[in-house]
Amino acid sequence: MTKDYSVELALIEGNPPLRELDDLIAAPIDTRPSHKYNIALAITGGLLLIGAICVGLTFYYGIGMWGNNIPVAWAFDITNFVFWVGIGHAGTLISAILYLLRQQWRTGIARFAEAMTIFAVICAGLFPIIHTGRPWLAGYLIPYPNQHGIWPNFISPLVWDVFAVSTYLTVSLVFWYVGLIPDFATLRDRATNKIKKTIYSVFSLGWRHSNRHWKHYEKVYMILAGLATPLVLSVHTVVSWDFAVAVLPGWHSTIFPPYFVAGAIFSGFAMVSTVLIFVRKVFDMEHIITMDHLEKMNKIILLTGSMVGYAYIIEWFMSWYSGTPFELFTTLNRAFGPYGWAYWIMVSCNVFFPQLFWFKKIRRSIPVTLVIVILVNVGMWFERFVIIVSSLSRDFLPSSWHYFTPTLVDFGILFGSFGLFFTLILLFAKSLPVISISEIKGVLQGAQPSHHGDEHDA
Amino acid sequence: MHNDKNLFGVAALFDTPDEIINAAKKVKSSGFKYYDVNTPYPLHGMDDAMGLKSSKMGYVTLFAGFAAAAFILFFMWWTIAISYPLVIGGKPFFALPAFVPITFEFTVLTAVLSTVFGMIAVVFNLPFNSHPLHDTNYMKKVSSDKYGLVIEAADELFEEDKAVSLLKDLGGKDIEKIYYPEKEEHKIFQPRFLVFLAVVAILTAGGTYVTLNKFMYLPPFDFMLNQNKGLAQAKSTFFYDEREMRTPVEGTVARHFIPYAYQSQADTTEVLADPLLPTQKILKLGQEKFLTFCSPCHGDYGDGNSRLMGQFPAGPTLHSDRVTGFSDGRIYNIITNGQNVMPSYARQITREQRWAIINYIRVLQRAQNPKPSDFTDIKEINKESGQNASN
Repeated sequence: MTKDYSVELALIEGNPPLRELDDLIAAPIDTRPSHKYNIALAITGGLLLIGAICVGLTFYYGIGMWGNNIPVAWAFDITNFVFWVGIGHAGTLISAILYLLRQQWRTGIARFAEAMTIFAVICAGLFPIIHTGRPWLAGYLIPYPNQHGIWPNFISPLVWDVFAVSTYLTVSLVFWYVGLIPDFATLRDRATNKIKKTIYSVFSLGWRHSNRHWKHYEKVYMILAGLATPLVLSVHTVVSWDFAVAVLPGWHSTIFPPYFVAGAIFSGFAMVSTVLIFVRKVFDMEHIITMDHLEKMNKIILLTGSMVGYAYIIEWFMSWYSGTPFELFTTLNRAFGPYGWAYWIMVSCNVFFPQLFWFKKIRRSIPVTLVIVILVNVGMWFERFVIIVSSLSRDFLPSSWHYFTPTLVDFGILFGSFGLFFTLILLFAKSLPVISISEIKGVLQGAQPSHHGDEHDA
Repeated sequence: MHNDKNLFGVAALFDTPDEIINAAKKVKSSGFKYYDVNTPYPLHGMDDAMGLKSSKMGYVTLFAGFAAAAFILFFMWWTIAISYPLVIGGKPFFALPAFVPITFEFTVLTAVLSTVFGMIAVVFNLPFNSHPLHDTNYMKKVSSDKYGLVIEAADELFEEDKAVSLLKDLGGKDIEKIYYPEKEEHKIFQPRFLVFLAVVAILTAGGTYVTLNKFMYLPPFDFMLNQNKGLAQAKSTFFYDEREMRTPVEGTVARHFIPYAYQSQADTTEVLADPLLPTQKILKLGQEKFLTFCSPCHGDYGDGNSRLMGQFPAGPTLHSDRVTGFSDGRIYNIITNGQNVMPSYARQITREQRWAIINYIRVLQRAQNPKPSDFTDIKEINKESGQNASN
């Protein structure tokens, strides 16, 4: 079996003509929603409604509706926050870091992953706000000159978090929109309906596909990718400082930033895979979002999953090597204490199952991939739960030890956040091009001039 | 048909990337400056073919990033060290490592927003939906699968027929003459717009009124109004003494408070002497406190001309022989303990302020019964400054 590595493989199977690509990518937008789509939207909308009711109960009666109580002051809320922020990391990684590394295969999945980033960060951002109990007072976190004459404490990790997450959301949104402008122009020029045309005209800003604009556009896209790259790494680093800067055993650890970032990319890719497996099937895009894409993502899941596994081992080593009885106790308590069940769910889902991706057959099997990526999502949610709840429930003072039990409202809000996420995904898939039209055209075979290197001949 | 309209330019379509690159090179070498290439995606090598210099947008990012970093560092230092000094475990106010995360985030945010805004609004001059190229057959094609080139009429070398034949020679298809669209005029004060303004004004005002005056008093926003709490003068069902406002424990001494040892002593001349010198600062303080606490009954000049005449027993004049004869210690005792209907002012006026008031009373008394030497002093002062005392 020999392979010619000097020839680049086609990124898009079949190399379709450009106009067919337009039609294919715009098809979900131009057609009326099918029955299946409506059923899916009803399910996610129902979940969202459950979440909304539970949030309403929380606002009306206060966060006593949740299972949180001292010493477990952070539980489902912050677990969900960290989980969703983590999911958000894959999008920017695909769109920014892989762009800088000139991984052209990212083109097919970048737009979707970016959208998922934005939706996941929206879900994440809701939780700290809900957790305040009085969300309409959350504006106090923003530094503005006020009648009290006071400012946020800029050296608190919780304020860093506000800046990190809001910056990440804004930059992702801008990055996404800049990528969408040429596509809006393409949609505008193929629209026949007047209302649609007006909407696309407004959002396309009157883009003319001019080469004098493309010149700056490409440069700025590169700059944005360059700025977003450290941002991806910084956001979960800052989130991990919420824990690492505290002095609680099990939290106070310098490995947290890289460990959290690896975990975030791990869970993010798992979620992108989960969603794309359905999207490519439902929208007939199997030749654009190909098996190769899924396999490459599985490789990244394998890599980051192993990094997470390494971090778990280092936690054991550090708790022994630090010589602190409290650290050692916390680690033993995690694995064999009252939350041991959660710890072993986490280890099996995050460390053992992804190792199956060493086998090419499993990497390229869609049903097995789907099962494993869903298990990874479950495992990564439990990772955050284990870190937060097991450390808090048994703190320094045994008299205040407390076993956290979630209430129905806790679960309602968790499911509600999934409802919000998938509702936004469904609405996005039906209203915007899920694949970057202008980028995918540029990576087709024969899309670029054949002799652009020899213009000095004349 | 189009002769009365303004020509924007002549456009042609090409089928392959190689053709358009070649066409761009030829148009450039023919000396045209005002021409453009429109492609559905950026073509590699087109910038060289058109002779465009590389984009300078990076300088915007660089400048905005540095400016943002400098600003936010300064701002955080100012809030934490100057505006509202925040003491945390006695650590230094300017803690650079702790400022790094927000400096980084703010730098990235500002750099991204400035670059994108600068590109779209300033460099591209977008949004621009009334551009002549819009809604042309040419635009619809280059937006999808063709590569287009347009030579603009604004160019010095432009001649309609020559441009058309040049594009034809280069292999251009669907050659199209593009005209400026007719100018649409919109009057500002048309009735529809005025109605729109009125509706927006009513909705904004009404919404604000309802939010601030009704909505914020509904649950759960009224949690501070309706929470269980002790009010200062209310009756308590929780405490044995039925007082919600708690009194301090017996024998509590407040900060800066020294118990007064001469409570029952009528004349404290011997034990209390004025510790202050009648400097200008002390007299100013005494005047301020006298006007606040003493003047309502004793009058602004201590002459017993009470502002509360008829509503409250008038205080006596402070210029009688009896009061003039009081020692400083005796007056201090009266302010501290009260006398007849006058209550104790020990809670309102600090010890230092009481002595300052006494100094001021002495000034008032001296002003009522001046000695001849006081006048000569004033005359001498006025002489020195060259002014006439009688004026």
